[in-house]
Amino acid sequence: MIENNKQTVVALVENKPGVLNRVASLFRRRNFNVDSLTVGRTHKPYISRMTIVVDAARVDGRRIAANLFKLVNVIDVKLVSEEPYVSRDLALIKVRTDDADSRNAVTLICERYPARIVDIGTKVAIIEITAQEDIVEALINELEPIGIVEMVRTGVVAMGRGVRILDVDADYEPSIVSSQENGNYQAYSV
Amino acid sequence: MLLTGAEIVMECLIREGVEVMFGYPGGAILPVYDAMTKYPQLRHVLVRHEQGAAHMADGYARATGKVGVAIATSGPGATNLVTGIGTAMLDSSPIVCITGQVTRGAIGSDAFQEIDITGITLPITKHNYLVNDTRELAYIIREAFHIARTGRPGPVLVDIPKDVQNEKVEFEYPEGPIRLPGYRPPSAADDDQLAAALELIKQAKKPIILAGHGILMSGASNELRELSERAQIPVTLTLLGKGAMPENHPLCVGMMGMHGAAACNYAIQEADLLIALGMRFDDRVTGNLKTYSPNSRKIHVDIDPSEINKNVKVDVGIAGDVRTVMGQLLTKLPAKQHAEWIARIRDWQEDGDERDILHYESEGKLYGAQVINDLWKYTGGDAVTVSDVGQHQMLEAQYYPHQRPATMLTSGGLGTMGFGLPAAIGAKFGKPDEEVWAIVGDGGFQMTMAELATAMQEGVKVNIVILNNAFLGMVRQWQEFFYEERYQATPMFNPDFIKLAEAYGIPAMRVTRRDQIEESVRFARSHETTVLIEYVIEKEEIVYPMVPAGADLHNMLRRPKPGEKQS
Ligand SMILES: Cc1ncc(C[n+]2csc(CCOP(=O)(O)OP(=O)(O)O)c2C)c(N)n1
Ligand SMILES: [Mg+2]
Repeated sequence: MIENNKQTVVALVENKPGVLNRVASLFRRRNFNVDSLTVGRTHKPYISRMTIVVDAARVDGRRIAANLFKLVNVIDVKLVSEEPYVSRDLALIKVRTDDADSRNAVTLICERYPARIVDIGTKVAIIEITAQEDIVEALINELEPIGIVEMVRTGVVAMGRGVRILDVDADYEPSIVSSQENGNYQAYSV
Repeated sequence: MLLTGAEIVMECLIREGVEVMFGYPGGAILPVYDAMTKYPQLRHVLVRHEQGAAHMADGYARATGKVGVAIATSGPGATNLVTGIGTAMLDSSPIVCITGQVTRGAIGSDAFQEIDITGITLPITKHNYLVNDTRELAYIIREAFHIARTGRPGPVLVDIPKDVQNEKVEFEYPEGPIRLPGYRPPSAADDDQLAAALELIKQAKKPIILAGHGILMSGASNELRELSERAQIPVTLTLLGKGAMPENHPLCVGMMGMHGAAACNYAIQEADLLIALGMRFDDRVTGNLKTYSPNSRKIHVDIDPSEINKNVKVDVGIAGDVRTVMGQLLTKLPAKQHAEWIARIRDWQEDGDERDILHYESEGKLYGAQVINDLWKYTGGDAVTVSDVGQHQMLEAQYYPHQRPATMLTSGGLGTMGFGLPAAIGAKFGKPDEEVWAIVGDGGFQMTMAELATAMQEGVKVNIVILNNAFLGMVRQWQEFFYEERYQATPMFNPDFIKLAEAYGIPAMRVTRRDQIEESVRFARSHETTVLIEYVIEKEEIVYPMVPAGADLHNMLRRPKPGEKQS
């Protein structure tokens, strides 16, 4: 249900310093309100991939896509939520489990979710869940009464279903590979 | 060939066809300045403030369509460019700014004159670079020019650490296509879009064209004229679109928007089809978006896909080069007639003419409108004019009709006071054979008048027209209309502009009567150097019509007809 008024944009970007800064600056400048933004590497060394989730009631995903596309370092943009797609959010949730009741409750709840307990002690347990965002939310709601003490989420990543493949030209590589990894200077922010 | 980074910069500029660079030296850019001594074919123009350098590069670019180049040192030199870069960004003007930066090792240490200029200019450049690796320098400069001039043009900044400028590396100019996988400006329309646009044009009874800066930048004036004539569609121009269609053409209605011709605004509001070509529905041309052209279908052609449906939702949005797309449309465009509609627009125009201040008794006063009108007359309407920002700018737009592209330069999007004089100097470098007139207000002139020295040192001739109303006139007008005439901080103490000019060795003349205007043009033409003419005009002139900010486009404040009472 939450998914319905959300739009998900995926961008392939050059894996260069400063690119995340450019994207963040664009959102700030255009006053685009973003629910979540994740960045990570891909199977191509020069390409990173961003997933951006926005609330469609507040900003049109197509406008975001059109503006992202203008950035020179953004190679391709797609509004994946226009067609069938898979999306996942990952959360680590630390809950209080300092008595038998709470330990039992946590175990039972986790069985009903694509979640597992990855660390458990006499005081707290860490639960890991990887699922669609609304399912993660549901788990969090159930754990709330037991006592969440710490939580972290990665933000949503998404991919279109089927054979529609978002990729760059096979032969793409930068004109010259910079020597920044020398490590003697760090010029760009982010 | 082993070259320093600084020499590589020069080699690349030469290959980009650069003739002139506008700049100001300082510690972090000294290697580049030193390299200039080995490349005398690249002319350097020493400005008096880096803002002037950016505006000159911008003026040069607008006058020629080529990329203008500005150079500054790190820190304060770079920050002084910022207003000029913003001006170029908002008006899509292709400039490349080269700034010095502290050495790579010192970056991030708050070193002397270190400033994060790529961070500062990130939102006001089309793209920018901090050069980390001297071997990348040639690629980056080539990309910078390519990005600046193609697609929707704009400013690009290249920040070069001093040790990169000094470092010697093997130089081989990169040949072959530029590899920018994420940079793919659109070009042509697809068949469905064309068919949809043509269908709307066929159905329309009251169509109107809105022609903008994009027409000039893509060189589509001929296509515009042909489209307009064949389908008998009247043309309105944005401020930056002036020159896109000869203004004496019977189908050219004039300028639209806040201070546009009333006929244009009425026509836009009543039209049943808007054909927006290379313009972006700025709030200064739309007024209240909720009531904007309520009964029209809309076609929008712009090279920037993010402009389509940004401010105004359209029926057919085509992201493409406006010249290419118009060429496509013309292959199938049928001839049409809209005699009734054109007659209706003509009525509005006649009404507007009657209200023209030129028809008023001037009672010994000298009006800015008269000055511009007479300058137009005595320069044969064929000068390159570069205006500053304010009432005089709008008067220029209203009373100096232009017949050719790239003959009217002004800061439209950012509305940067201080643009006029330096941009005129830049324009003159680009068009040495044309007569260039800078038309400025007493306020804006004083923001960049230091460039008078640049004009004299470089021996460049521009004719400077100061419309001196001893007011920040446009702000005063708003205070008169909307703040009950409380003239807070708008009356101006001014220097004696004639003496000021003399201090620079600039011939100058003061005009206080209309019958001196012809002579003032002769005076300007009689000197080889830059001249300055001050026109002491009526202090409280008003620029009509005016769409108050945010008001409906048709709800203009109009000047009453002679004999009529102000409503
Ligand atoms: C750098 C800058 N500061 C402030 C303004 C706001 N502003 C717009 S028009 C204007 C008055 C301009 O006065 P002047 O140059 O004398 O021209 P006039 O309107 O009198 O013809 C001002 C202050 C601006 N456009 N640019
Ligand atoms: Mg003034």
